[in-house]
Amino acid sequence: MAKPKAGKQLTAGRYTYAVLALVTIIAVFPLYYTLIIASHTNYQMAQTPPPFVPNASVFHNIRLALHEQPLFKAIVNTVIVAGSITLGTVAFCTLSGFAFAKLHFRGSRVLLGVTVATIAIPPQLGVIPLFLLIAKLHWVNHLQSVVLPTLVSAFGVFFMRQYLSNAVPTELLEAGWVDGASTFRIFRSIVLPIARPAMAVLAMLTFLAAWNDFFWPLIALTSRNPTVQIGLAGLGSGYIPQQAVIMAGTLLCTFPVLIVFALLGRQIVGGIMQGAVKG
Amino acid sequence: MTVLAGSGRRAAAPPARQSKRRVRRLGSRAAYAYVAPFFVVFAAFGLYPLLYTGWVSLHNVNLENLHHSTWLGLHNYVALWHNQFFWNALRNTISIGIISTVPQLCMALGLAQLLNYKMRGRTFFRVAMLMPYATSVVASTLIFAELFGRDYGLINWVLHFFGVHHIYWTNGARWQSQIALAAIVTWRWTGYNALIYLAGMQSIPTDQYEAAAIDGASRWQQFWFVTVPSLRPTILFTIVISTIGAMQMFAEPYLFAGDGTTNGGGQHQFQTLALFMYQQGWTNFHLGQAAATAWTMLFIILALVGINAALARGRSGRN
Repeated sequence: MAKPKAGKQLTAGRYTYAVLALVTIIAVFPLYYTLIIASHTNYQMAQTPPPFVPNASVFHNIRLALHEQPLFKAIVNTVIVAGSITLGTVAFCTLSGFAFAKLHFRGSRVLLGVTVATIAIPPQLGVIPLFLLIAKLHWVNHLQSVVLPTLVSAFGVFFMRQYLSNAVPTELLEAGWVDGASTFRIFRSIVLPIARPAMAVLAMLTFLAAWNDFFWPLIALTSRNPTVQIGLAGLGSGYIPQQAVIMAGTLLCTFPVLIVFALLGRQIVGGIMQGAVKG
Repeated sequence: MTVLAGSGRRAAAPPARQSKRRVRRLGSRAAYAYVAPFFVVFAAFGLYPLLYTGWVSLHNVNLENLHHSTWLGLHNYVALWHNQFFWNALRNTISIGIISTVPQLCMALGLAQLLNYKMRGRTFFRVAMLMPYATSVVASTLIFAELFGRDYGLINWVLHFFGVHHIYWTNGARWQSQIALAAIVTWRWTGYNALIYLAGMQSIPTDQYEAAAIDGASRWQQFWFVTVPSLRPTILFTIVISTIGAMQMFAEPYLFAGDGTTNGGGQHQFQTLALFMYQQGWTNFHLGQAAATAWTMLFIILALVGINAALARGRSGRN
């Protein structure tokens, strides 16, 4: 990313800060309000003015939510699913991105074009045969039915290719070749260390997407063996008299990821912007 | 994807050029092995299911009896044509799509302009604006269903200061629930799209602004005559992505009413095409109808993407 020379950049005035502060509040307040609803009864929420400070009953409500839906199991399941998808995606996309960026092979341009074009094809529309397929394999309600279809992504391939074609000096690879190293050896000892920052960003984005995925897991899994989003959806559409319980469950399943996201925020922001410009 | 290719106003430093060459001598057999996983996974779990969907849409397939399917020809499509709920879902998808996308992208553009100023705490603002994107669609919908609650929701409480009382967002008039759903989408995606625009803005050469400033252009004129035209490929890209997303909107209308049904509101006020498809297949066990819906959606999406790509090409051809 080339930043405009600092001297030329316009400096933010008072109004800019005011607008950005307002937008920040709108972005973050609903998340804070989740905490408030999660720690108050319906009766307390109906007071005028409504409460704006959370309290400790949120822990009691989290226990009630766990009683309604197997959310702990859902969290463990989702860590397994999202972890496997992340490992697979980062490994396959880095290899593939390296091949598209640096290796010479017949049809590479066409294959790359096809890869990018598939981003526009919505896989959600193929769920019916996909369901028939996993039913035939007796995978319904098993985690591999959620892992395998998203094990490698077109976006990831393209993202790694864009990064590696700029970041890895071809001279270095040629030097490795002259020394008699195999392609995979060159990949492991030269490309991989350079690729690490981009791999980290891809890993974060992939994990987040897998954690938040809803449509396909809803079809492939049941509430007996759910992922986090399926458990949450079950909590939200069941008959639960206290809203606090639903929000406590939402809190439990969302905040761990949000906190990690906020801590790694700088890298993720950089990654999203990199992916955008280099497109 | 000419849209993607078009936005390659690459910001990388020029010395990279030399190293962008490929290694001529490195083995091509290895290369095929490295790119294979994507194509295998895409063929098995992307392309094959989509094509098979077309086959299912021409057959009578029942979820409870998968092995007996009978040829129906275009019957599923004809039935869809005569199904008022299909047209209702199509109308809802389009109207929710427009009110959730157009204001959102305009706001994102303005926001990106502000984020591009030199300021303190820039990382803080950017990360904060991305928090809704990190929140899952399920969690966002549940949270907003609370905020939009009729009797004790915070939004109605704020509105009552302005003399507006008890709007039944979650299950009332069509426009009310559709605005509420659009608000969820807008909340989740505005920050993300603002970052995409910001990235585009930062790769616009500063001399363009200097030239405009010398010609006496105001800040607003610079934004309108330098920034927006330079961002055109990026803007088209976000329009395509948002359109594809809007056509497939599912979780928000599925969970917003909180009644556990797939109707999208008591009078189907906000049943979208994806929700209608899911209802046909997994509530009514009529996979043929669901597949016909899926293929109709696919055609609409490809047509919209095609129109966008043609627009992009037409524009860049003229310039």
